[in-house]
Amino acid sequence: MRAKGELPAWIDVVVLPLANLTLAFALSGLVVIAVGEDPVKAMRVLVQGAIGHPEAIAFTLYYATNFVFTGLAVAVAFHAGLFNIGGEGQAYIAGLGVALVCLYLDFLPWPLVFLLALAAGMGFGAAWGAVPGWLQARRGSHIVITTIMFNFIAAALMTYLLSHVLLDPGHGAPETRRFLPGATLPSMQTMLGWIGVDAPRSPLNLAFFLALIAAFLVHVYIRHTRWGYALRVVGQNEQAARYAGIDPGRAIVVAMAISGALAGMMALNEIMGAHQRLLAAFTSGFGFVGIAVALMGRNHPVGVCLAALLFGALYQGGAELAFEMRGISREMVIVIQGLIILFCGALENMFRPALAALFAKPERA
Amino acid sequence: MKSTFLAAALAAGLAATPAMAQTAPAVLFDVGGKFDRSFNQAAYEGAERFKRETGVQYSEFEITNTAEREQAIRNLARRGASVVVAVGFSNRAAVETVAKEFPNVRFTLIDSVVDLPNVQSVTFREHEGSFLVGMAAALASRTGKVGFVGGMDVPIIRKFHRGFEEGAKHANAQVEVFMNMTGTTPAAFRDPTRGAELARGQFDRGVDVVFAAAGATGIGVYQAAKDAGRLAIGVDSNQNHLHPGTMLTSMTKRVDVAVYEAMTQARAGTWRPGARVLGLREEGVGMAIDEHNRRLITPEMERRIAEARQAIIEGRIVVTDVTAAR
Repeated sequence: MRAKGELPAWIDVVVLPLANLTLAFALSGLVVIAVGEDPVKAMRVLVQGAIGHPEAIAFTLYYATNFVFTGLAVAVAFHAGLFNIGGEGQAYIAGLGVALVCLYLDFLPWPLVFLLALAAGMGFGAAWGAVPGWLQARRGSHIVITTIMFNFIAAALMTYLLSHVLLDPGHGAPETRRFLPGATLPSMQTMLGWIGVDAPRSPLNLAFFLALIAAFLVHVYIRHTRWGYALRVVGQNEQAARYAGIDPGRAIVVAMAISGALAGMMALNEIMGAHQRLLAAFTSGFGFVGIAVALMGRNHPVGVCLAALLFGALYQGGAELAFEMRGISREMVIVIQGLIILFCGALENMFRPALAALFAKPERA
Repeated sequence: MKSTFLAAALAAGLAATPAMAQTAPAVLFDVGGKFDRSFNQAAYEGAERFKRETGVQYSEFEITNTAEREQAIRNLARRGASVVVAVGFSNRAAVETVAKEFPNVRFTLIDSVVDLPNVQSVTFREHEGSFLVGMAAALASRTGKVGFVGGMDVPIIRKFHRGFEEGAKHANAQVEVFMNMTGTTPAAFRDPTRGAELARGQFDRGVDVVFAAAGATGIGVYQAAKDAGRLAIGVDSNQNHLHPGTMLTSMTKRVDVAVYEAMTQARAGTWRPGARVLGLREEGVGMAIDEHNRRLITPEMERRIAEARQAIIEGRIVVTDVTAAR
């Protein structure tokens, strides 16, 4: 039995996002016309640049890897009714954990380095997420405020460490030395080389598969475990959860720890995979994009993966667009990305009434 | 399919041989953008000067996030640029990676060092120029309190600060130097609002000359100085013209010359790899005196600063470089 105005599932997950996306692209086209460029050409460059050739696809998937992690982080917290804006800081601190392992434990065999870096990244991220979670659960400090504040604390701490403690001196750049080859994630080029496939050079690396595994595990956790159930009940109705014998405070802290751990895994992709050194501000706002990704993906792991793919394509295609067309500056590309976030995130319900009138089944008496 | 790849590879190989000198140069601007009126804009002006004089259109790219750097530099290298000029210390890692992949393409890196046979690294002795404007600040100050507003709290900005402080103390041992950094993220280089707040905070503590080494954030600092009737010192580009009357001077860092020279040398075939360090001696850094600030600089100030400049060049005064390897 559906409530009045509720839509069949396929409309909700397929037609609605597509309608929003089309409108966003149409409006972007108008903006492109307004600056005197050809929107059809711009669209072609964007698509070509995002999925047109193997290297483009590799870069799209590399960006998407970041967005899967940060998107899942936001989604998990959201299931518990929490709005985690702190993915940026959690990933940044996780980078510290990953880098400490890769810098100082690189004499260990690779599998051990990998597992330790994974544990350190997830652990540091989880800790940075759990503290605001604890403050929310036990002290009532609002999670949105505390996670934003924790982003700034993370940035201040990391800049200090990179400028004064961990930096590789003599270059003027706030970054550590490069990790040794035995303490990095193999690139997709290397991995495909093992099976005899020739791939272009790109920052895409093993973390891509970790992202897919993480998405699957999140799905299992949220839908098929008792803990995931507790988390969702707390998100839906804290009173009911308490009545059912669930400790909401505990669920909140756990949800934030998992959320932070997922955001932290982004550091594996960036620090251990792509850059192979810890550098200032490596998170580049990917943590914030995760919010849009989770919104657009309806907090479902599959949706998050698809939305991450779209945003990965936008990032990669957008870079190509700024590169190819002189009239389209980087600010324009941000406008286009912003329109898509606006229509798919903030205005996602705009078409809902119209579609409901078209498709909703009449209510049974 | 395979043959097109081969042809592309051949073309790329050919582009890197003598014909390369004829192709256009490329420049990569850092976060902040080419119109930041400061660091990136200096690079932009160098590239524009090259274009005016040679009629050759250069290709360009403005960075928005760190992940783009390597990709952008590789894109520029692949298209057979005569020289790829990467502006900003943050491009170090990316230049290092891509320069290894394209041993036949020339790279010029500004503000950091990569030791490879096809990379020219241009760094500046910012501490020397900052020393001179520090003297100017101390000599112009009536309260004996001068201020420094930095961008992101990174070693290179500390280098400006230390030079400024030493210069101020050299001119007046009693001077008090206040210091604020705008932030800990790259956004600190494009936050004029916060820059203005920090400057006002320093004015409230008695500062009457403030030096901003903060990219586009400085614009807010200079405006705040103008509004409060205090003096400000510009950075990187000559910013004296922004507010004539309240801009005491500018610490010029000739990024424009570095970019222009890399491009013209690549065109003329005289481009050489290796490290170039530009200080007062090479006129890579300096203190700007022009018609906009002429009446703010007294002959006595000018004389003392010129003396110090000579002393630094001759090694009689050694300004501390905080980024030097410990």
